[in-house]
Amino acid sequence: MTTLLYGLITGILFGFLLQKGRVLRYDKQLGALRLLDMTIVKFMVSAVLVGMVGIYLLNDLGLVKLSIKSMVVGGVVLGGLTFGIGWGLLGYCPGTSLGALGEGRWDSIWGILGMLCGAAIYAEAYPTMKATVLTWGDYGKVTLPQVLGVSHWLLIAIFIVGGLVLFRWFERKGL
Amino acid sequence: MKENGDGGWSPYLAGALSGLVSIGSVWIAGKYFGASTTFVRSAGMVEKVFDPQRVAQMPYFIKEAPVIDWQWMFVVGIFIGALIASTTSGSFRWQAVPTMWEEHFGPVRWKRWLVAFVGGAIAMFGARLASGCPSGHGLSGSMQLAVSGLVALLCFFAGGMIVARMLYGGGEKQ
Repeated sequence: MTTLLYGLITGILFGFLLQKGRVLRYDKQLGALRLLDMTIVKFMVSAVLVGMVGIYLLNDLGLVKLSIKSMVVGGVVLGGLTFGIGWGLLGYCPGTSLGALGEGRWDSIWGILGMLCGAAIYAEAYPTMKATVLTWGDYGKVTLPQVLGVSHWLLIAIFIVGGLVLFRWFERKGL
Repeated sequence: MKENGDGGWSPYLAGALSGLVSIGSVWIAGKYFGASTTFVRSAGMVEKVFDPQRVAQMPYFIKEAPVIDWQWMFVVGIFIGALIASTTSGSFRWQAVPTMWEEHFGPVRWKRWLVAFVGGAIAMFGARLASGCPSGHGLSGSMQLAVSGLVALLCFFAGGMIVARMLYGGGEKQ
């Protein structure tokens, strides 16, 4: 029960921030995909950079555990590209579709219904996928620092510098 | 922090605060952000109404049981949070067709809705195949420097940019 309550509160905070950052809208999502308006990229990269520092700090202190998804080339690459194609058509992602509905953009209802159907179709296809695509190039639960054999703090520093350079470029170009 | 002009916050600020919320979530509840598994569970809940025995035997619904969990409530929370933020700032607006879409493809509702529905189905199939969406892979995966998260994020944008170009590219319909 407490877990469910944490989920609800966390979701409310995140939904509030997504709306305040104006990243829920179709125009913002397609704006990024058309390289016209980088609002969602600014939001995402900011969240990732802050999260990186916090998660790795807490992990180093032994306070949290990482939860890494397997790098299965077939699943991640083909699934990722397929997701991208659908995302370009829908203009919302699974999380933001609910947020978009929350701010009244109700074309998202059709996207949500479509996603429920997509999930149902995947559930039918899962046994086949498990025997084929999901066996292609399984490298396990690997992180970038493990693959490169360097300290995670070195990579985090590089990501932060890279992120700041990217942000400066966006602001200069008025994206 | 600068304002966006329409009462919104800077995306850098809102994004950084979201990063803090996700750290708090992992620390306090041990939960990383994610959204797409919730659609699997919900689809299972609907199917269970019609054929509970079949659902009980399907491997994917055994793996992702049709029950309400942390993430399910998280996704409901996103709806509530966005509702609160938009209604208290005057930016809530009933809109059946997004502005950018309407400018290029006209105000015909069923066209937008059909594309949204088909796009949603394709997106979710892909998200489940990749075992994550922009929340699970893009945010949670990337912030843990997971190779899967970073690769998935690149693929999401690659696929999305190709489609955006096909839909809007060339600017033939202005």
